[in-house]
Amino acid sequence: MTKSELIDILAQKQKQLAYKDVELAVKTMLEHMAQCLANGERIEIRGFGSFSLHYRPPRVGRNPKTGDSVELEAKYVPHFKPGKEMRDRVNESMETKPIIN
Amino acid sequence: MALTKAEMAERLFEELGLNKREAKEIVEQFFEEIRGALENGQQVKLSGFGNFDLRDKKQRPGRNPKTGQEIPITARRVVTFRPGQKLKARVEAYARTQQQ
Repeated sequence: MTKSELIDILAQKQKQLAYKDVELAVKTMLEHMAQCLANGERIEIRGFGSFSLHYRPPRVGRNPKTGDSVELEAKYVPHFKPGKEMRDRVNESMETKPIIN
Repeated sequence: MALTKAEMAERLFEELGLNKREAKEIVEQFFEEIRGALENGQQVKLSGFGNFDLRDKKQRPGRNPKTGQEIPITARRVVTFRPGQKLKARVEAYARTQQQ
């Protein structure tokens, strides 16, 4: 499912809202979430999961083309931890639903 | 303070002029549809943010960390999140502000 497919589904379920409003709502929600993470803030959605930042210490990496070593700065990467309901519901479908990627 | 559904709904109310009930409902449905797709075995790709992928894991040996007793970790399906380039770049920019 892509963002535009998600917007289509939500628009069908929210008949009282114009398609444009649903589209803007989805974009606003994703932007709000991205902004929070970009400010170092966590996101906690009960039954869905939480997003936080994980610290990566500085390290010496290599340029894969030349083999030269490069100093890489410390950084943060976004991390998602699925909530209990998400974990359970996804796991229960393993026997019945193949993965479509 | 962590971002919650209530704050997301509040922003939709303030910025988009949705009424409070509509805002709350669409936030709820947004997460429910993503969860529903994953529950149906479907990967979810939200460009600019990231992808929620599914992986089937085989059973593997594990241990109870408290007692040290060996117990198998059963086969399971898990959700993994792969942040998109844009989100990663924004988060890395945050790391740089923390180093100064």
